[in-house]
Amino acid sequence: MSRAWVWVALFALGCYHGINPGMGWLFAVAMGLQEKSLRAVFAALPPILIGHLASVAALVAIVGVAQRTLPQNDLRYAAAGVLLVFGVLRLVRARHIRWVGMRVGFSGLVTWSFLMATGHGAGLMLLPFLTGSVGPKDADLRMGMGQAMSIPALPPAQWPLAIAVHTFGYLLIMTATAWLVYDRTGVGILKATWVNFDLVWALALILSGLLILVL
Amino acid sequence: MQLKPDPTFYPSATMAMKAPPEKLAYVAMLSIKGQGQHDAMADIDVDPASPTYGKRVGQVEMPQTDDELHHFGWNACSSALCPWAGHPHIERRYLIVPGLRSSRIYVLDTKPDPRNPKVVKVVEGKEVAARSGYSRLHTVHCGPDDIYISALGNGGGKGPGGILRLDHYDFTVKGPWEADRGPQYLAYDFFWHLGHDVMVTSEWGTPDMIEDGLNAELLLAGKYGHQLHFWDLRKRTHVQSIDLGPEYQAVLELRPSHDPNKTYGFVDTVISLKDLSSSIWVWHRDGEKWAVTKVIDIPAEPADEADLPPLLKGFKAVPPLVTDIDLSLDDRFLYVSCWGTGELRQYDVSDPFKPKLTGSVHIGGIVRRGSHPAKPGQKLNGGPQMVEISRDGKRVYFTNSLYRSWDEQFYPDGVKGWMVKLDAAENGGISFDERFFVEFDDRRPHQVRLEGGDASSDSFCFSG
Repeated sequence: MSRAWVWVALFALGCYHGINPGMGWLFAVAMGLQEKSLRAVFAALPPILIGHLASVAALVAIVGVAQRTLPQNDLRYAAAGVLLVFGVLRLVRARHIRWVGMRVGFSGLVTWSFLMATGHGAGLMLLPFLTGSVGPKDADLRMGMGQAMSIPALPPAQWPLAIAVHTFGYLLIMTATAWLVYDRTGVGILKATWVNFDLVWALALILSGLLILVL
Repeated sequence: MQLKPDPTFYPSATMAMKAPPEKLAYVAMLSIKGQGQHDAMADIDVDPASPTYGKRVGQVEMPQTDDELHHFGWNACSSALCPWAGHPHIERRYLIVPGLRSSRIYVLDTKPDPRNPKVVKVVEGKEVAARSGYSRLHTVHCGPDDIYISALGNGGGKGPGGILRLDHYDFTVKGPWEADRGPQYLAYDFFWHLGHDVMVTSEWGTPDMIEDGLNAELLLAGKYGHQLHFWDLRKRTHVQSIDLGPEYQAVLELRPSHDPNKTYGFVDTVISLKDLSSSIWVWHRDGEKWAVTKVIDIPAEPADEADLPPLLKGFKAVPPLVTDIDLSLDDRFLYVSCWGTGELRQYDVSDPFKPKLTGSVHIGGIVRRGSHPAKPGQKLNGGPQMVEISRDGKRVYFTNSLYRSWDEQFYPDGVKGWMVKLDAAENGGISFDERFFVEFDDRRPHQVRLEGGDASSDSFCFSG
């Protein structure tokens, strides 16, 4: 996989997080319906963005520290292990948070969004594109297989940019969806379109873990 | 695991009104004699096109005895769409059925055979008490985060009563709901304004005040509940009590507006010590505080002493005994059950402070003994009690039994069970469906729940 595709993947993951109703836009729409104003929808987005960003950045920072001490491949195996375990856990025991409500201010939304992103392992999903995949063995390479598919590691100096690209995709899709649902379709479309993101999400985590191992 | 939200979940109450008509109704049936008898859940065919319309088509008997089934509910409902804890891929599938006397919780699975649900879990009263400190379970509501169940008493059968939480995935009792109950002691019903993180609770009495029947001494001393309590739903703390006054005895059913943006609701009081009347009150915001305003008074009707049960003989009047109310999903019509006088009223409450009486039917009643058009000559006892409205607001079902020991006091000849259905006209007005008259010989019907949800089963986080 070329470096360019890594950036595309990071952006696409951001879009995917953005379209999940559980990651923010639906809460923003609910705020708008409470106040009966589109402005309230948009006002809810910055704190939700901050919470998500903080969760992703914290996870990336932890990995950043780890990569200073761990050999690169050990880091990849560790990341894959965490992704697989977390994905399977979310698959068999999806739970939702329980302590919030509908009257939330700025800090409440930041905290909620941080917990949602962390609980769902939003940052974890980025790992394959930061650490890179374990890659083909020398034997495979000699036979001309594998190299094209493997994910190259991104130099840690570019990780902040990776977070930024991811967050941009997230913000873009979350904002567009919130606007579309509040202003155009109405929340009635939830009935038909709220697919089981928890299930898809768990599978995506598992897939991310596998990507590190097999590519 | 569902890939799409459960089709019976609706983001808003207005959207839920467009739901297809229900085809089945579940009715809690309590054994007539009590003492070692099994209560049951009946299934009534409410599909007018079906050959078994208005008939019992299935039932499940509770495996244990002496439960006194009361206000059961669903494991999940439209509140699963609430944005802060969305989990709409859970199914509306299990009926959570509490025993008001036994404190047990039965979980009934309606999916394999909707007409004959199966008991798939029993939580014994002992376990409920050990985990939550509560007993005598009453109302069940599916919340955005948990199943909530109110309890009249503590583990020892005294006060305080309160609310416990039940996990909506595995139905384990998670503990008491309250973090700080303040002065609240008596409990009965609860409901919420989800859009405002507000919980409201009402008051009846502790188990020892009700289980042997209505205690005239306690009543005349004004000891039954006469307060409303407002809580922070999020912090689980008591915020404010409002005393309706000790003459208003037993503050029961809470019906908040379904639109989460609104902040008012209706509550009934059963009997006034001044004149035996019942009343309906509106709670509402008043600046930073909560306030109540009495909006409906239903007077007692003069009666011949000979027609009255011993408890009422001296009063020479029959009290209306309003013991249930229900609000349509558009917050437009309020239905009021007068269990004593045998009348069901419909009010237009578009303006909650100025209700307009738009309909009334008579059936049963302590003195009236009104009959149903399906059997015009047959005198009926019991009176309109648990009332449930279809989601579209066009059909209204009700049953006639209240609570066994109280049934015996007000209808000493023994309540003979029936369930009826009304058709509601679009702009007000109600009439009996002559084809729908279900009689119960073996047990007494109480709470009704409609397949897919009804006007008191679901709560919503979205307005519009």
